[in-house]
Amino acid sequence: MSDAFDARVIVCCGPGGVGKTTTAAALGLALATSGRRVAVVTIDPAKRLAQALGLASLGNHPTPVALGDDAADGGSLWALMLDTRATFDGLVARYAPSPEQAHRILNNTFYRNIAGTLSGTQEYMAMEKLYELVHGPVDSTGTVIEAFDCVIVDTPPTRNALEFITAPERLTRFLDNRVFRALTAPARTGLRVVGVATQAVLRSLGKVVGGEVIADAIAFFQAFEGMEAGFRERAQAVLRLLRDESSAWVIVTSARAESVGEATAFAQQLADEGIVVRAVVANRMQPTFDPLPSLDPSQDDRLHDAIIRAQMINAVATADAHAIEPLLQLVRANANREVTYLHIPLQSVDVHDIAGLRVIGTALVGDRRTTVNEPARRARRRGPAR
Amino acid sequence: MRGRHVDRSVSGYGGENNGSGASNHTSAGKEHMETEAFFRASKILLVAGKGGVGKTTGAAALAWSAAAVGLRVVLVEVDGTRGIASRFDAPALAYEPSELHARTTGSLYGRRITPDDALLEYLADHGMKRLGGRLVSTGTLDVIATAAPGIKDILILGKLKQLVGTDAADLLVLDTPASGHALSFLRSPKGLADTVRSGPIRRQADEVVAVLTDPALCQVVLVTLAEETPVSEVMETAYALEEEVGVALGPVIVNALLAPVPDDPPGRFAATLVTREADALTAALSFERTRVDAQSHQRDRLRRELPLAQIALPLLPVRHIGPTEIETLSTHLVNGIRHLADRA
Repeated sequence: MSDAFDARVIVCCGPGGVGKTTTAAALGLALATSGRRVAVVTIDPAKRLAQALGLASLGNHPTPVALGDDAADGGSLWALMLDTRATFDGLVARYAPSPEQAHRILNNTFYRNIAGTLSGTQEYMAMEKLYELVHGPVDSTGTVIEAFDCVIVDTPPTRNALEFITAPERLTRFLDNRVFRALTAPARTGLRVVGVATQAVLRSLGKVVGGEVIADAIAFFQAFEGMEAGFRERAQAVLRLLRDESSAWVIVTSARAESVGEATAFAQQLADEGIVVRAVVANRMQPTFDPLPSLDPSQDDRLHDAIIRAQMINAVATADAHAIEPLLQLVRANANREVTYLHIPLQSVDVHDIAGLRVIGTALVGDRRTTVNEPARRARRRGPAR
Repeated sequence: MRGRHVDRSVSGYGGENNGSGASNHTSAGKEHMETEAFFRASKILLVAGKGGVGKTTGAAALAWSAAAVGLRVVLVEVDGTRGIASRFDAPALAYEPSELHARTTGSLYGRRITPDDALLEYLADHGMKRLGGRLVSTGTLDVIATAAPGIKDILILGKLKQLVGTDAADLLVLDTPASGHALSFLRSPKGLADTVRSGPIRRQADEVVAVLTDPALCQVVLVTLAEETPVSEVMETAYALEEEVGVALGPVIVNALLAPVPDDPPGRFAATLVTREADALTAALSFERTRVDAQSHQRDRLRRELPLAQIALPLLPVRHIGPTEIETLSTHLVNGIRHLADRA
């Protein structure tokens, strides 16, 4: 069993289409089954997985997942589906000096576009939500709820791991845009200090994209005046949490050549940032079948074909295991402690219910129901003893 | 690019086709004609699908097949996609077209169109070259793209529209960003109309909508795996594209299909093999059979719930899909296109 999964924060990252969301949910289920209080932040889960987690009609706040037989010893699983816009709205409400200013921003067309489409916003809000869940989770009614032992965050698919690290910085830099900041100055001081060149750029631009677009943007930057500092501080706090020793980064990949290539690039980017990857999860690994009979000229055609087919399955499995090696070497070379490597066998059908998640969860962390009374975990539990 | 003129009409095909001697009367000639007619039905093929389903591979095989029947093809990638170059073992694509496959009947080029490049070109063409430089250096383009989301998509789609207008190619094949993005990408022209009410960008958006909704100019080819989640998503995308964008849908490419596993009576292997070997072999085949059954179940579901023709591509037992594999897949693709023609 891996101590990576004893971490207070688990960040599941990796290329798109490798089953990250399913892995995060399965891990959450397994940890909850072992008696911990776990929250999973999912990003855009497939519909049936969302239904299995009871997320079909639920939103941006943790909601308990019905575990049935899996509920054991005070463990519980909570899940939420990240709502980027609602999370951003919460941040604006928190840092606006007055409700009126918050209202002005929230109703600005330009702001609504930032919350929906600005690149990096989703990554940032996933991390913001993680921070929120670690430092004072609230339910959908706004009531503060008991702290979680572990928060697992699924991450948006991105080609670059640094999106998560750089998104807060990029967003605050965007909100600091010099050209537009300069335009807000006259509104504040009544002085015409905007450079002539700047005005000319915006005027020409207005002719191309439409003047009202520029007007919306200027109105936004005026409304946002004075809030950048709060945003920047919060962004730094989020980054500190991500880099903290108590946060475990887990790379999830499949054995497909492209996925492994992207996952390896990810691992390198994280290493360059000084972030240690604690575990690698290889998803959808083909099983091997041994011992297969050898080919023999006396065999009839059908047996011959059957053996060749079975050999190909094994060949794929061997090639898959081989393909993961460079990724593991890289992660191990950059780690200051043991790196957990887990592989999840290819399932013959898609996973979309609690029973399927249990199979994967067990493959990930073993059946932890037997280890419920482990002293380390008992000491960490904040809830009433049972 | 080769400047050779290719006759548009299917009946004229064969006469001037580089003297290879292909004839309309042979079955090879018929196959050729059906494939050519398929690819000449539109000027732009937008290849869309969820990440990891083989969208880029599908786009590459489509482009290869079209070039093989004599079309001048340009394969285009945009922000959020890459990988075309590796399918052809070619260097990374740039804004300027580069040749991907030299020994083909028509021609096959690849290029990468980014919004920044398209905007700079647009502004330069409209006498605002200096403005373009300022926009990029001050980060103002990002602010504008936020103010009017979709503006970057419009720049790219606008560039495609312009390429169609100049007859620079017979067919443009676009590897679109992964499906969620593909949808917002194609919704952009309509969405932009809500934000931008006047000016050249607005006109551009209106013109792009006209191109997207004209089946003689533009069709979407969706790519999926025969698995539960990808099939569900491809159906959602198909309906959304048709209803919200109004774009014509071509066949669906169902990728990475396993070969059927022959049935064997239980215990068949026991007579000739030692027990452990017979067991391992039986287990391997039964594992494979479960997967094949699951795939055909998903294909049936797709057939029932989405009334679009399917083209099947096999799973290739290789780690790197390069030109050799694209050629193989292209053969399967052409076969699939022939089946479409036979059924029509």
